[in-house]
Amino acid sequence: MLELRGISRSFGDRLVLDDVSFTVGQGRLTGFVGGNGAGKTTTMRIILGVLAPHAGTVTVDGAPVDGAQRARFGYMPEERGLYPKMQLVEHLTYLARLHGFDRPGATQRAEALVERLGLSARAKDPVESLSLGNQQRAQVAAALVHDPDVLVLDEPFSGLDPMAVEVVQGVLAERAAQGVPVLFSSHQLDVVERLCDDLVIIGGGRVRAAGTREDLRRQFGTARHEIVAEGDMGWLRDVPQVRVDELAGGSAVFEAPEDVAQQVLTSALARGPVRAFTPLRPTLAEIFRDVVTDEPELEEVAR
Amino acid sequence: MSARPSAPTPPSLGRATLLVAEREITSQVRTKSFLVSTAVLLVGVLAAIILSSVFSGRTGDDVPVAVVSSVAGQVPTTEGLEVRDVADRAAALEAVRAGDVDAAVVPGDGPLGVEVVAMSSAPQVLLGALTVEPDVELLDPAAAEGGVRYIVTFAFGLVFMMSAIGFGSTIAQNTVTEKQTRTVELLLSAVPARALLAGKILGNSVLALGQTAAIAAVSVLALVVTGQDGLLTMLGTPLVWFVVFFAIGFVLLAAVYAASASLVSRVEDTGVVLQPAMWLTMLPYFLVVFFNDNPTVMTVMSYVPFSAPVGMPVRLFLGEAAWWEPLLSLAVLAASCLVVIAIAARIYERSVLRMGGRVRVREVLAGSGAD
Repeated sequence: MLELRGISRSFGDRLVLDDVSFTVGQGRLTGFVGGNGAGKTTTMRIILGVLAPHAGTVTVDGAPVDGAQRARFGYMPEERGLYPKMQLVEHLTYLARLHGFDRPGATQRAEALVERLGLSARAKDPVESLSLGNQQRAQVAAALVHDPDVLVLDEPFSGLDPMAVEVVQGVLAERAAQGVPVLFSSHQLDVVERLCDDLVIIGGGRVRAAGTREDLRRQFGTARHEIVAEGDMGWLRDVPQVRVDELAGGSAVFEAPEDVAQQVLTSALARGPVRAFTPLRPTLAEIFRDVVTDEPELEEVAR
Repeated sequence: MSARPSAPTPPSLGRATLLVAEREITSQVRTKSFLVSTAVLLVGVLAAIILSSVFSGRTGDDVPVAVVSSVAGQVPTTEGLEVRDVADRAAALEAVRAGDVDAAVVPGDGPLGVEVVAMSSAPQVLLGALTVEPDVELLDPAAAEGGVRYIVTFAFGLVFMMSAIGFGSTIAQNTVTEKQTRTVELLLSAVPARALLAGKILGNSVLALGQTAAIAAVSVLALVVTGQDGLLTMLGTPLVWFVVFFAIGFVLLAAVYAASASLVSRVEDTGVVLQPAMWLTMLPYFLVVFFNDNPTVMTVMSYVPFSAPVGMPVRLFLGEAAWWEPLLSLAVLAASCLVVIAIAARIYERSVLRMGGRVRVREVLAGSGAD
C-alpha cells in the first residue's frame, strides 16, 4: 500500500502542494484527477523521489520509501522519455537490465510486453520513428518492463485512440489484479470513471476528495431520479422538496430526498401507469465540477 | 490474485555503470556518423604520413650527393642518387652548406670507412644505398627538428583536441537530451545518478581511447610502410605515453563535460555552459602550436592536468623530459582527475533532475543535496 501523508511542496513563494494525504491500496487502480497546475505531476514526482517534499512522508506498507524500494516502482513521466534512436525492444531490454534482470530475462520481458501492447510490428524500429500513439504505448511498456511493485503513471492515456486505451486499460487492470497499487492521472474523466476503483481529486494543491468511486458518488452526487409516466408530469412542480431539472410531457428528471422520491413514485402510480423510474447516478465529470468549482481554470479540464 | 514473480536483485553500482557504458558504446558504434568519421580520420592520418613522405623528395629528381673521390668506390651507383665527385672533405662540406647537394659522403671511421654529412637530415635513399649504415654527421641539428617538430607537436595537439571535443560534445549532448526528454527520470528510478555519470564517462572514454589508439597504430604502420624508421624510433615512446595520458586526460574532461551539461535542461542552452570545458580542451592545442619552442611554457604545460596529455608527450618527443617526469605528471593528472570527478559527480547528482532554467554551479555545490 502506497501512502502519502501531509506532503507539502512550494516552488519559490508558490505553494504547489498543501498537506496532501491519500493512499493507493494494494491492487487498487486509483485515478488521480485534477486540473492543469493542480499538483498532480508534482505529487507523482515526489512519490518517485525525483523531487523532494518540503514536508510529509511517502510510505509503502508503512515504511518510508528508500532508493532500493523506488527501484521497484514503475514510472511513466509527464514528458515522454525514451532514447529516440534506440530500437524499441532493445530499449525496453536495457531498462529491465538496469533494474537487475539478466539479458535473456530482460529480452523475454520486453518482447512479451511489446506484443501485449500491440507493438510487435514496431519491435525493431527506433523509438523516434513510432507514431505518437505508439510512443505512448512504448512509454507504458517502459514503466512496466521490470514488473514493478508500485505503478505511478502520469497521463498514460493521453493521445491514445480508443483501441489503444482499451489495451492499456487491460494491462493496468492485470497489474492491479496481481496486487500492485496503481496510481494514474488522467484528464479523460470517462476513462477514469470506467477504470478506477478509487479516486483522488486534487485542486489548488489540496486533496478535495478521495475514496472509492461509489463513496464519492454517494458523498458528492445529488440524488436525482428520472420518471416516465403515461400522463403529464406537470404536477411534479408543486410537490414540496422537489426540484425539477427537466420536464417534457410524461418524462421528468428531478432532485429530491430518497423518501420524497418514493412518494412521488406512489403519487404517479396513483395517477396512472409508470413506464420507468430510475435513480440517476452522478458522472465523475459532475462530481469533479462539484468538488473543484472554486478552481476557475479547471473548466477546460472537465471536457 | 495471481502470484507475482519474485523481484530481481538490483544491480550493484559497478554493474549499473557497466550497463550504462555498454549502451553508450553500442549505440554510438552503430551510428553511421561515428563509423564514417572514424574511417575518415584514420584514412586521413594514413594519407598525411604517406603523402608527406612522398613529397619529401622520395620521388622525382635524383638526390644530389657529393662524394669525395677517395671513397667514391664505397657508393654504389644506385638509382635515385646523383653522385658528384668532389676533391676533399672541405669541398664536400662546402657543397652541403651551399645547398648544392643534400648530403656528402666523406672519409671517416667505421666499418665502411665513410661518413655521411648532411644539413638537417640524411636522405634515406643514400643511407639505404650504403651496404652498412654509416655514421651521420648533421651540420645543423637544431634546424633538424624544425619541420618535423612542428608537425608532430601539431599532430598531438590536434588529435587530442578533436577527439576530446568530439566525444566530450557527445557526452554533453546525451546528458542534456536525457534531461530534456526526461529519460533521466526513468533511468534514475532504476540506478543512482553516480552510476549514470560513471557509465557515461567510461563508455565514451573507451570509445575515445580506442579511436586514439587506432590513430597511433595507423601512424606507426604508415611510418613503417614509408620507411621512416628514424622518425618512428623518436616517436614510439612518446606515442605510447600519449595514449596513456590521453586515457586519463579524457576521463577528466569527460567529467567536466557531463557536469557542465547537466546544468541546463535544453539542448539549445548547452553552448553557453560548455564554453569553459571547450576552452580547457582547446588550450593545449593552442599552447603547443604557439609555444612549442618555448621550454618554460612546455614544461609548465606538461604538468598542468588539462594540458599534460599533449604537453608531456611532446616534450618526450623533443627529448626535453627526464625519465621520471612523465610519471610525476601522470600522478598529478590522476590525482586531479579523482578530485574533478568527485566535484562533477556532486554537480551532476544535484542538477540532473532540476528542470527549467540554468542551474548555478555555486548553488549546486553549496546546496544541501535534495532541493
